[in-house]
Amino acid sequence: MGLKTLLTTHIDASDSHTLKHYQSVGGYESLKKALSEMTAEQIVNDVKNSGLRGRGGAGFPTGNKWGFIPKTDKPKYLICNGDEGEPGTFKDRMLIERFPHMLIEGMAIAAKAIDSHQGYIYIRGEFHKGIRIVETAVEEAYKAGLLGKNIFGLGYDFDLAVYSGAGAYICGEESALINSLEGRRGHPRLKPPFPAVSGLYACPTVVNNVETFCNVPHIIRMTGEEYKKIGTEKSPGTRLFAVSGHVKKPGIYEVEMGTPMKELIFDICGGIKNDKDLKAVIPGGSSSPILTKDEAMTATMDYESIASLKSMLGSGAVIILSEEADLVETTYRLAEFYSHESCGQCTPCREGTHWVKDLLHKIKKGEGTEKDVELIFSLSRNMEGGTTICPLADACVMAVRPTMTKFKEEFSLRLKKEVSVSH
Amino acid sequence: MAYQFSQESETRFQRLIPQFPSKRSLILPCLFLLQADKGFVDTEGMQYIADRIGEPVSLAHVHGVATFYTMYNKKPVGKFHIQICANISCYLAGSDSITEHVCSKLGMKKGETTKDKKYTVDEVQCLGACGFGPVAQINDKYYENLTPESIEKILSELEKEG
Repeated sequence: MGLKTLLTTHIDASDSHTLKHYQSVGGYESLKKALSEMTAEQIVNDVKNSGLRGRGGAGFPTGNKWGFIPKTDKPKYLICNGDEGEPGTFKDRMLIERFPHMLIEGMAIAAKAIDSHQGYIYIRGEFHKGIRIVETAVEEAYKAGLLGKNIFGLGYDFDLAVYSGAGAYICGEESALINSLEGRRGHPRLKPPFPAVSGLYACPTVVNNVETFCNVPHIIRMTGEEYKKIGTEKSPGTRLFAVSGHVKKPGIYEVEMGTPMKELIFDICGGIKNDKDLKAVIPGGSSSPILTKDEAMTATMDYESIASLKSMLGSGAVIILSEEADLVETTYRLAEFYSHESCGQCTPCREGTHWVKDLLHKIKKGEGTEKDVELIFSLSRNMEGGTTICPLADACVMAVRPTMTKFKEEFSLRLKKEVSVSH
Repeated sequence: MAYQFSQESETRFQRLIPQFPSKRSLILPCLFLLQADKGFVDTEGMQYIADRIGEPVSLAHVHGVATFYTMYNKKPVGKFHIQICANISCYLAGSDSITEHVCSKLGMKKGETTKDKKYTVDEVQCLGACGFGPVAQINDKYYENLTPESIEKILSELEKEG
């Protein structure tokens, strides 16, 4: 367990983003293998055998997702979700800027697996540098015959285009992303139908995260069976953890799944900033329920361990909060984020996120009462569990309620003491 | 003369067309081209986009799309658009002091544009660079691990540029 490089083996090379460098370290050999030696079914099975789970947030098994694509005459589309925007999450930007060819190769292999001949890389618009780098990499790949017609002269065609997001967190939700790519507001769609059946332009579509695609060339190179030996049985592989907050060495670390959180924080990241005590950890992006210090010290960095603590590994974004952190303020800021990013389609989300944010603002100013706390819990119950089209309202609740429950005292201290409600 | 794409935007527009089976997908990239030409998206430009793309895209649809996304400026912004991240990781790293410093230095409040139209300062949600906070985006470029001293230096450089 601990640090292990798979995706980031060549991170120190200053030209890691170029085709020349990528090919010099064996890049595109997996694509050649997939196109020349493997059938689509074999690719899907290899990815299924690897146990790879989506690295975007939900952790759904990637091979299974690909297997849902029906065999029809309709075009099938492949989309890379590079709309990274969850507070705390900053790993995909690094992959986009440093390893664009790994992403392209992973997508081209996935294309053959699902019989797709057109793909799109959707990148959050603020990542100007990353967008330019990926556009250049796509051009390089076309010129080298690695994209377009008859790749490697092996008879497979795959076109790839880069699409820039325009500033909307909700477009990280796959159906909202599809709407955005179709030139619409990024409103999530009702499911079913799922994108595998009716996605982009009402055709079968697979949407995967940047890191997920970047794992694919490695799985094909080493075989799914070998890949599965890394990490834990149910969470195989490595994971890029983006660590931020009150830690001495914030950054992106590739570690083997199952590494103890304690090791990540104290050994790999150098411990808590200013040698303070650890108060809490948000383990998988801002929408993952907060862990207390005691919980964090027992956790390992894999889907099952974090789920057993009623939280989520999510996007692999670990936010460290020391004893100096003001959890009322941080919770307010997260609620502000979700209220800002609600697309407005569903009333419980549109109204609920704003209401929760306003109540937390009142509490952080020292003007809140017990009644306001109760109201937040009451609103939360109406914002979760399928009352909305997508999980943004649920995400807001998960960012707020566990913190208010586990750190009740901290919130109570900010209330106007003379006002209380008795029932 | 009525607005039309600049030569560069027209070239990019022509390159975009074959990439999508549906012309509607051109709306977001076209709004970026309009913004690159004019600095913001206005009704004249949006009508032009609707006309260039054609049926079934209408001005109302283009307007609806433009107003949904935060990156399209609905009104002119300063030559230097300073956007400072205020969300959790940047806040923990001290983003409030950076915002205060910039506003005090430029004599303005966040959300405002200076009278000489040189600077607009906004507080934004997450910029996706959380391990390197506090972070600001100035036009297309990210500035990371900011301190009051480093942002002071950046402002001096912008002043010289402008």
